[in-house]
Amino acid sequence: MKKIEVPQDKSHALAGETKAIYALDETGKVGVTETSGWNVEDLVLDQALEEISRHTEDALVRAHKGETSPLEYHMYHQRMDLPMLAQAAGQFKWRVRRHFDPRRFAKLSAEKLIRYADVLDITVDVLKGLPEKNE
Amino acid sequence: MSEQFDHRHAAHCETGVTSALLRHHDLDISEPMVFGLASGLAYAYLPMIKINSLPLLSYRMPPRMIIKIFSRRVKGLEMKFENFRNPADGLRRLNEKIDQGEVVGLQTSVFFLPYFPPDMRFHFNAHNLLIYGREGDTYHVSDPVFSHVVEVKAKDLQKARFAKGALAPKGMMYYLDSIPGKFDFEYLIPKAIRFTAKMNSRRNPLPISGIRGMRMVANKIEKLKNADPRYARLFLGQIVRMQEEIGTGGAGFRYMFAAFLQESGELLGNDALAQEAQTAMTIGDEWREFALLAARMNKQRGDQEFIDIADKLREVAGLEEGMYRRLAGVF
Repeated sequence: MKKIEVPQDKSHALAGETKAIYALDETGKVGVTETSGWNVEDLVLDQALEEISRHTEDALVRAHKGETSPLEYHMYHQRMDLPMLAQAAGQFKWRVRRHFDPRRFAKLSAEKLIRYADVLDITVDVLKGLPEKNE
Repeated sequence: MSEQFDHRHAAHCETGVTSALLRHHDLDISEPMVFGLASGLAYAYLPMIKINSLPLLSYRMPPRMIIKIFSRRVKGLEMKFENFRNPADGLRRLNEKIDQGEVVGLQTSVFFLPYFPPDMRFHFNAHNLLIYGREGDTYHVSDPVFSHVVEVKAKDLQKARFAKGALAPKGMMYYLDSIPGKFDFEYLIPKAIRFTAKMNSRRNPLPISGIRGMRMVANKIEKLKNADPRYARLFLGQIVRMQEEIGTGGAGFRYMFAAFLQESGELLGNDALAQEAQTAMTIGDEWREFALLAARMNKQRGDQEFIDIADKLREVAGLEEGMYRRLAGVF
């Protein structure tokens, strides 16, 4: 790719930042240049973010119905998934999945709650609560 | 000393940090040179590691490997790595080093770094950055993937350094302990190129890596036509995202490898390397073409089928195989 062909699609994900990429200059030398994003990257990133927010919405609806615990909602909201959360919290996946049961979640010890809150980077109060709407 | 840190925008965090550390010690080794000498170019399809229940793909050596291989391969270069169990110890040690005027590399999670744009903040634990100074609890950061220097508060930095989960950084910090008098390029470049060439083609250790890995993914893509359409879309999206969005990207690494080959060709006066630099550029372009096709498929634009995308990947694999074979025979 030549330097003049490097896409400058002003990616919203980069929020005004740029990325460095190596490209050919007029003399045929490969050197570093900047790009403000590429449409293709944005497209797949949006798709991934959509998928996360779909999971988040779904977990929120189920949590309001009492079918799952706030933990599942906050997990997705903080861009994690089950294997990630289990590994970060040092728990087996099946134990985390058990804590998705609202009755079991309500009985969790303060220590366990703090551990989940820490890896999710939220407070215990936020972890126990549910917002009305996902934002 | 710390205020006039020579920050340069790099295409990849790990190579950028290593190059900047060397530059700080008056060794002008470019980012592509670090990447090439560490034999960073690779390909791997890792179906056993799931990210959001989709397989992981990689277009380079695993995180930390570049720094580690590089410091092992270059004689006289000693990189010190320190891990911490206790975050408070990690912070104390960092402050100690910074206050001595040392420039320190850190492994961090992207999610906890506020200077990253929100849409880029994922739980990726192997991001590298440099700390070159501090004022109280505000740290001066030279993050190679940003075009400018940034600042970060101790509170956020600590979270980022002690994030948990896959590839947990455990507070890892590293700095140059001793530096070589000079780089023996005559010895290092052939060694690194041979390694890259063989690992990715003839002596490829696993069917999921190198060009065999690419062909395996091509077969998977071809079979997507019978899969659940939603899964097919996510799978393709994942491939492209792993390729282009996460860090430098597959094509980005090929371009960087081209820069390395070109620089090496000039250093050693070897025309064959300069020739292969052009091939590597073309391969990078083809990777981007592949990403574009896959993204179009996802958007249901154009008339390409899964088989076309798979064939494109096979074409790229063929090109890479040719390049590796020729490179293995250059020296």
